Amino acid sequence: MTESQHFAAVLRLGDDALVLGQRLSAWCGHGPILEEDIALSNIALDLIGQARNFFTLAGQLENQGRDEDALAYFRSDREFQNHLLVEQPNGHFGDTVVRQMFFSAFALDRCAFLARQTVNADVAGIAAKAVKELHYHWEHAAQWVIRLGDGTPESHQKVQDSVDQLWAYTGELFTPDDVDTACAEAGLMPDLHKLQSTWRDKVVACLERATLRVPEDGWAHRGGKQGVHSEHLSYMLAEMQVLPRTYPDATW
Amino acid sequence: MSESKHEWPLWEVFIRSRQGLGHKHAGSLHAADAQMAIQNARDVYTRRQEGVSIWVVPAEAITASSPDDKDVLFDPANDKVYRHPTFYKLPDEVNNM
Amino acid sequence: MSPVEMNLEARFDAYVAEEKKIEPKDWMPDAYRKTLIRQISQHAHSEIVGMLPEGNWISRAPSLKRKAILLAKVQDEAGHGLYLYSAAETLGVTRDQMLQDLHAGKAKYSSIFNYPTLTWADMGAVGWLVDGAAIMNQVPLCKCSYGPYARAMVRVCKEESFHQRQGFQVMLNLAQGTPEQKAMAQDALNRWWWPSLMMFGPSDADSPHSAQSMKWNIKRFSNDELRQRFVDMTVPQSELLGLTLPDPDLKWNEERGHYDFGAINWDEFYNVIKGNGPCNKERLGARVKAYEDGAWVRDAANAYATKEAARQKNANASTHAA
Repeated sequence: MTESQHFAAVLRLGDDALVLGQRLSAWCGHGPILEEDIALSNIALDLIGQARNFFTLAGQLENQGRDEDALAYFRSDREFQNHLLVEQPNGHFGDTVVRQMFFSAFALDRCAFLARQTVNADVAGIAAKAVKELHYHWEHAAQWVIRLGDGTPESHQKVQDSVDQLWAYTGELFTPDDVDTACAEAGLMPDLHKLQSTWRDKVVACLERATLRVPEDGWAHRGGKQGVHSEHLSYMLAEMQVLPRTYPDATW
Repeated sequence: MSESKHEWPLWEVFIRSRQGLGHKHAGSLHAADAQMAIQNARDVYTRRQEGVSIWVVPAEAITASSPDDKDVLFDPANDKVYRHPTFYKLPDEVNNM
Repeated sequence: MSPVEMNLEARFDAYVAEEKKIEPKDWMPDAYRKTLIRQISQHAHSEIVGMLPEGNWISRAPSLKRKAILLAKVQDEAGHGLYLYSAAETLGVTRDQMLQDLHAGKAKYSSIFNYPTLTWADMGAVGWLVDGAAIMNQVPLCKCSYGPYARAMVRVCKEESFHQRQGFQVMLNLAQGTPEQKAMAQDALNRWWWPSLMMFGPSDADSPHSAQSMKWNIKRFSNDELRQRFVDMTVPQSELLGLTLPDPDLKWNEERGHYDFGAINWDEFYNVIKGNGPCNKERLGARVKAYEDGAWVRDAANAYATKEAARQKNANASTHAA
């Protein structure tokens, strides 16, 4: 594991958390019921907090003077290395909770590994806190998928469509690139192939309880980790980064 | 305008703020089922670490005493002054009893 | 009114005059109940409509710290709406009924939220001025005669204390920042100052419900009293920021011991209430859309809860049978 691979691995943790947190925060004020506005905002706040911690640490590892905001606001979409899954649009509430369920199941296991590893104690410290948050995110999302799947015929159809559509973005979570492989060998990051089987068991159990059909494994979209994203990310960043980019000398 | 046929039921929320204290009424919220009520209570009423334990009770399951019975129920305790320690005048030598 | 009711009402009035609290199942005059439902639901609607102008900037907050603070604040407002709807529900109205009234344009909410948030500095001005004015209005409500409303307000006020402080800090950072940032702050202050003063409502002479609400200990201070207090508190703060309040008539009156300020444009106020504010349609439209888009989700959760309850019942029945 080179220093730049170590940096990239931590940066990616921040990218996943920030992009998903940014997406979820858009529900605040627009959820299906007030209680759910509050719940989704809590999850978004957890993720933004995780992103800040990972970015700060990544900046320290890089040692080029970049802080959390430099990493969040002054990189282009080609430099973001989040998974394609988390940048997919919110769509309707079913799309959002399926995206959340798929990601949380993965992030929870990844984070549990990070909390246990001894290669980087700072990563372990951040992960130990995040793992509790992710556990709650998983519970919350899984319960919603079950309610919607086993709810009304309308909700069943809608959420089945969400599952079918987002399934193609789950393969990337378990497709290692050079950074993943080197960091797994060094013991910093988990072996993605091992995570895949527990992820599949959990997700399939959830879908079955929700009376939903598990999609066939087909084409898996990938490219996020190399900075080759869907068209959505650039728009999201343009909006998110507008102020610091317009006033680069300002502090807020 | 679409009108939801049934509003989610109302739940009363009770929070234990720390170990050693009883659960205290915090407020209420709407949830479709008990599990959701617990999660919503956590998100709504413990955003600032206000609790370590939550009870949720369907509001319709609560039986309350009627305010009309207030006198009948609670006034009779008025004259049982001998239940209170201050009723007993003891010599000063017996302090701290 | 029957003699029995007159007797009850006299007892109620005496009770309230002694600063005692009314609880949900206690007898209360119909007009008291109606006044409270109107006021508390309006207050709740203001909280949730009030999420929108600030929510408008969550995605564009200029630092991750500011993003987290703003999101937490807007989320708190959802919580406050929820506490207030709950307080109103103890009076025998459902949240759904209140929302239907809001969506149909029958219920009001604070008209300040019909103004647009055009720049990041508006997050500072709204937190500093709008929350400042709201706190001025809300603190006395913590001692309101209706128990559930008073308790909700205690919780709200406790949580709101950070809202105004974060707003002031946003303004302070801008006022001490680059010339562009300072101009942004002044512009926001120019746009939000007068609407903030209008938040206290029309002058006492023109305020239809004031006298009765005072008698019932729902309202403690007159609109003009609170407005004056707000002006007196805010002027030194604006000086500290180095910003100018957009009122040429503003000056200290030694004799009164208060600041004098210029005439409020009540035409504008009534026009915004009537629906002619810059964002009335957008704000209500966003609330209606969230409610309608969420209908299938709420229905699904109900359907699932019903199925689950039936399954549990069956499971219990078969356990007992065995």
